[in-house]
Amino acid sequence: MIRIRYFARLRERLDTSEEQLDWSTDTATVAALRRHLCARGGVWAEALGGLETVLAAVEQELARPETLILDGQEVAFFPPVTGG
Amino acid sequence: MNAIRIQTEPFDIRAEQEALCRNNPSIGALVTFVGLMRDLNDGMGVSRMTLEHYPGMTEKALGALVAEAGERWALEGIRLVHRVGTLEPLDPIVFVGVVSRHRGEAFRACEFLIDALKTRAPFWKKELTATGERWVKARETDAEAARRW
Repeated sequence: MIRIRYFARLRERLDTSEEQLDWSTDTATVAALRRHLCARGGVWAEALGGLETVLAAVEQELARPETLILDGQEVAFFPPVTGG
Repeated sequence: MNAIRIQTEPFDIRAEQEALCRNNPSIGALVTFVGLMRDLNDGMGVSRMTLEHYPGMTEKALGALVAEAGERWALEGIRLVHRVGTLEPLDPIVFVGVVSRHRGEAFRACEFLIDALKTRAPFWKKELTATGERWVKARETDAEAARRW
């Protein structure tokens, strides 16, 4: 299983703050997981497959599309940060 | 001594400065940056703001920035305090304090820390305006400022 968390505007658009997914080769990288979630269609495809920049973190560290996701890890998707 | 805190309550600027210098007479420079909430953004009045963050990752990200600053400059201490929750205009949002023996190191490290925090730490601001709530958009000028380092 992997734990997926969503923050800020993305959390609101998806109406989901977190979920659990079975780990598979479909979810083994950040890019693969994103495609897997987009395939749900509707708001998922709009929010994660559109032109808006979406950042990802694996195990609470900023990740790249090719970053590997291992079984049991935590992944997060969120918009560009605006703190400070 | 370095310290990182995320909190909903206001912070006391003077207390933070004193904590940075306490018992360390080798310090010759104290540089601080305090970010305040503005009542105007993108041409619209803002009456309130809510700050959200990613607990756990925030502390990790800020810890990495403090470690990087400590490697790049000769410092005697760093203190980062960031508020989350509901804020009103003029409320302090973030405190960045750096102490060093000589001013140059503290000035540079302080500016690096706030520039890097704005692009690497997982905080998000949502504003309340006369037409409703809106998420603050990331600014390209902030990304440019961070790239200088």
